[in-house]
Amino acid sequence: MADFLINSVGLPPWLAWTVVAGVAAVLILNVIAGGALVFIWAERKIAARIQDRLGPTRTGGRFGWLQSLADGIKLLAKEDLMPEGADGLLFRIAPYVSFCASFAAFIALPFAFDFVGQRLNVGVFFVVAVLGLEVFGVILAGYASASKWSLFGAMREAAQVVSYEVPLGMCVVVPVMLAGTMDLVTIAEKQAGWFTNWYLFHDPFTFVVFWVYVTCAVASVNRAPFDLAEAESELVAGFHTEYSGLRWSFFFMAEYGSMFLVSALAAVLFLGGWNGPVPVAALLGLSEGTGDTAHYFVRLIGCGNLLLKATLGVLVMMWIRWTLPRLRIDQVMTVCLKYCTPIAAVMFAGAMLWQLFLPGGLVPGLSRPAGEIREGWLPGPGGAARGPVGQAAKKTVAQVQP
Amino acid sequence: MSGMLGAGVAIAGPAFAAADGVSVAHYLVVGAILFTAGIVCMAVKRNALGVLMGIELVLNGANVNFIAFASPYLRGQGAVSLGIDGQVIALFVILLAAAEAAVALAITLNFYNNHSTVDVDRADDLKG
Amino acid sequence: MTGCLMLAAVNFHTLLFYLFAILACGFAVGVVVADNVVRMALYLVLSLGATAGLFFLAGAEFIGAMQLMIYVGGTLVLLVFGVMLTAQAPFVTIKTSPGDRVLAGIVAASLLALLLQAAFSVEAWRRPGLGEVAQPAATPIGVALVGIRVDEPPAGAPPGVRSGYLLPFEIVSVHLLVVLVGAAYLARAKRRRTQRAIEVAASVQSLVEPVVEVPRQARGSASALATGGTR
Repeated sequence: MADFLINSVGLPPWLAWTVVAGVAAVLILNVIAGGALVFIWAERKIAARIQDRLGPTRTGGRFGWLQSLADGIKLLAKEDLMPEGADGLLFRIAPYVSFCASFAAFIALPFAFDFVGQRLNVGVFFVVAVLGLEVFGVILAGYASASKWSLFGAMREAAQVVSYEVPLGMCVVVPVMLAGTMDLVTIAEKQAGWFTNWYLFHDPFTFVVFWVYVTCAVASVNRAPFDLAEAESELVAGFHTEYSGLRWSFFFMAEYGSMFLVSALAAVLFLGGWNGPVPVAALLGLSEGTGDTAHYFVRLIGCGNLLLKATLGVLVMMWIRWTLPRLRIDQVMTVCLKYCTPIAAVMFAGAMLWQLFLPGGLVPGLSRPAGEIREGWLPGPGGAARGPVGQAAKKTVAQVQP
Repeated sequence: MSGMLGAGVAIAGPAFAAADGVSVAHYLVVGAILFTAGIVCMAVKRNALGVLMGIELVLNGANVNFIAFASPYLRGQGAVSLGIDGQVIALFVILLAAAEAAVALAITLNFYNNHSTVDVDRADDLKG
Repeated sequence: MTGCLMLAAVNFHTLLFYLFAILACGFAVGVVVADNVVRMALYLVLSLGATAGLFFLAGAEFIGAMQLMIYVGGTLVLLVFGVMLTAQAPFVTIKTSPGDRVLAGIVAASLLALLLQAAFSVEAWRRPGLGEVAQPAATPIGVALVGIRVDEPPAGAPPGVRSGYLLPFEIVSVHLLVVLVGAAYLARAKRRRTQRAIEVAASVQSLVEPVVEVPRQARGSASALATGGTR
């Protein structure tokens, strides 16, 4: 796109690159903000239906689909209060810290083969790392509010998020191991084809790991039943007790943004990314190359696929929220340290052994063998992967021998 | 390239002596400032956690230098870069910093439980 | 579409470098200047985050992500946790005496002058980078950690045996384990002793009923806060 702007439109390079970066940023911002609007409405409707109510019905027609817009306007008009003993600077910037972390993690998330803000060699790692930074906003908010409820909520959140990063990281490592790369685009690309190629169905261990990932993801974005940081039955509203108006809504945008993000990450890592369950494009003879309108169309469909999967993930989180009761904090820690971490570790070892002994899967030809290394540092295509490694190993051995 | 570079430097303000693109020396300057800030922080802060933060800054300043020397991207004409070695060392520094912080924090909390303060000047029980 | 924006757009490299460098240095100075310990923690977070940006710019993507994950997301959360646990009114701001400040300023100025002189002393370091696009570094690092080197030796490097990092890797893992155990022990020791002392006290009391002084509970302990509100 930048090349197009430079060559065809005649923009100077610096302006072209700025425009490109701006377009990507605005698109991602739209995904978060628009997503939040839709998800808040969906959350109300789902909560209502699960509790045998109707939910919003008046604003914007029969289904109340303008409700969250009306809410947004109300929040904008609300007075921005700050408690007396609060630390002004920290209180003001805390919501933005949260939101920025959630937003920045989207940079490396691919929406389709080429639709990615910045393709990173360490994409999955970057996403998980940046997502972990969201906790700083919450901690700052809890401290700066000068309220016991807020502080308790923030401390719980800090303990919870730091603990859950361990099993979450272990779950994420399994698809990385299978794909042989941390690049999210490559990971999703490797699951192309029929849905049996998805890493969810790669072997029994990855199947279990996926559910551990779901548990940890729900916990790491602080959704019920792990929403101890804002447990309204004990802590009023937890870390955002003292917030109102726009700042409060930034916390919510951050929360829905991270929910969408972990769902999309799950889709990319385990559910084939932008590849549908049936390889329609491949059957029709189209391929995800570069160039044609047809290929562009295929990518658009892929983008829709990913958004659909991620949205489904968010809806499942809502379903869980309105079904399960909240855990106690010690139970939350027990789930993390006594169950999730050991299970993830065992499954990681299991997936590794499976990959070692049954690289082709149980039924030969059903799914593609994973695990070839293809990265830029190798001279040849995937098949030559063993070359440099083997040579280097031999060299090392030879050097050690004398 | 050069036109944009000129604009970039003009916007960013402080132009160094040879500010025609970023060189290793630029990174070394950043590392030096971080390192000095860390040293001062360790020296003047009386809060034990402030001292800890100073240590983190010092380690980070060292890391910036390692990364700068490791980067093939920054390597100038005729200079030798550390390659992967520098990155691996930086990795070890980060890991050891995490370990160090965990232990130091445990010590600080124990000190706080025993003395009800985190002022390092009050930790003089063993003074003869 | 925008593939490889960071490395292909060399023009932006300088601009972003100055941005991140100013952020990193500015907030580092902020850590030194601030008196409020929570502000210090915030500035430290921002400074280290900006440093991670510098790592990305230098082509060390893996180290940058590692810095964000372990340093900023792990170590500093732990640090902020400690700040919160001890942040009671008298300790939030502990002032430094002006004499100390002046002394520290002098030492800092001389140290900085020395370091800057060293940074600019080697001519090769001052030449602008050639802008070679860095190889994706995650896989060579991972392979180097298990003792095999696959990366090309950097141009101009003296020939010789380049070692892998299997032994340091193992040492670090054992070290982390030791730290884990040690930190857990340090954090638990107080409470365990208190518990036993209470039991001893109870048994002694049931025998002879003297006035036994129950050791004071750990004040503001982590356990009370972590489980706060649920009991």
